[in-house]
Amino acid sequence: MFKKLLIILITTLTLNSFAYAGSDGELLLKRNNPSEVKDCFEGLNRATFALNQTLDGIIFKPVAKVYRMLPSPARKGVSNSLNNLSHLTTIPNNLLQGDFEKAVTNTGRFVINTTLGILGLIDVAQYFGLNEYEKEDYGQTFAKLGARPGCYLVLPVLGPSTARDTIASSLNFLGGDPWYNVTVRNDTNYLNEADYYASRLGAGVDFRAKNYDSINNLEDNSIDFYASVKSLYLQDRQQKILNTKKIVDTQDDSEWEEIESQ
Amino acid sequence: MKTVKIFTVIFLYLLGTNKLLSLEPDIFVQSTVNRASKILSEEISKNEKIEELKIVAQDTVDIRGIGFYTLGSIRKSLDVNQKKEYQKLFNEYFLKSFSSRLAEYTNPEIEVIGKEKLNENYTIVNSILKGTEKRPEVKIDWRIYTKNADKPLIRDLIIEGLSLARTQKEEFASILNSNDGDINALFKSLKKFSSE
Repeated sequence: MFKKLLIILITTLTLNSFAYAGSDGELLLKRNNPSEVKDCFEGLNRATFALNQTLDGIIFKPVAKVYRMLPSPARKGVSNSLNNLSHLTTIPNNLLQGDFEKAVTNTGRFVINTTLGILGLIDVAQYFGLNEYEKEDYGQTFAKLGARPGCYLVLPVLGPSTARDTIASSLNFLGGDPWYNVTVRNDTNYLNEADYYASRLGAGVDFRAKNYDSINNLEDNSIDFYASVKSLYLQDRQQKILNTKKIVDTQDDSEWEEIESQ
Repeated sequence: MKTVKIFTVIFLYLLGTNKLLSLEPDIFVQSTVNRASKILSEEISKNEKIEELKIVAQDTVDIRGIGFYTLGSIRKSLDVNQKKEYQKLFNEYFLKSFSSRLAEYTNPEIEVIGKEKLNENYTIVNSILKGTEKRPEVKIDWRIYTKNADKPLIRDLIIEGLSLARTQKEEFASILNSNDGDINALFKSLKKFSSE
């Protein structure tokens, strides 16, 4: 327990940017604006990005290609099952963010889908009116608490992240992810670490397969693929932190007025 | 009195004509999508499709505006010749990028589902790219510039909340930053992309 508290304290000091009070929407928007996130280690990030692209070409892309050949219900089942597991980190984060209503809804979803939905293979909960699901993680919670994103990072295999999100995700391995706890930390008779790593690998392949054409298309049509991925990742994080499906300030009208007068 | 009547009739006529000529943003998007879908479903070569899609883009997208927007603040320091050069290169780059991206799809089904008027100049049109066996449904929002109601123009595509104009702007900024703000480095990258 003391170790956990110490880590959280170090994390806080490292980020050196927690607000003294909760952030409002505008502040959250500004703090997480992609253009505000500095690429402090661009050289290293680009090298890691190149490594990840190589790994993608050797492992993820071919596996995703084969995975896409599976019948649609099979892929849907895998995707549902992985989504169901993600509730285990979403629920504590709903609670930490003070979103108790969503915590209750997501607990309901998890219980129904794990039992009636045969370990999450079928999303039965949607038929009970529990169809709204948004994943939450510790990075989003840190952001809601007022932590700035810090520098942009590209992690080996895992891909784009920020200093805040990387530090926050380490909480998953310190007791914050029940799935990790029952598989890796407490090796039970039924589950072991192979289940955990298979689920993580499965999630990677599922994501790659769903975005197969989009990623290939983006790569073919970008003049700087690294910069495109960085921009899209940071925009996506901003949206997730704000929990909005609305369009976030995509263009500054004053810029357009200036362009028109040229 | 007669003059007043004539003026009133002319005024009402012009008002009516203007209304008739103005194109609602959602109808504009749906007709643009239909034009593109028709091309993509035709039994012609990929290169022919790309050429036809370029014409659609030239008719419906504010390429000049997007070009200067994505260039960022450096546009203010360019001289006339550099601006001309950039416009030419961006136009080639944009048309190739836009049409090549679309040409990968065969008969995409896009349905306009709503619109939100932001102000006199902008309306966001919401649409859905219907899912297939291979890919999930995708939400696409179109930022339409409506200052000239007769000739609405696309200024941005926001796919699942991610802005393409913003992504492109940050992509260009990255190239400029890596080259100490040298516009020639961007010119070189654009030329390379268009000639490949």
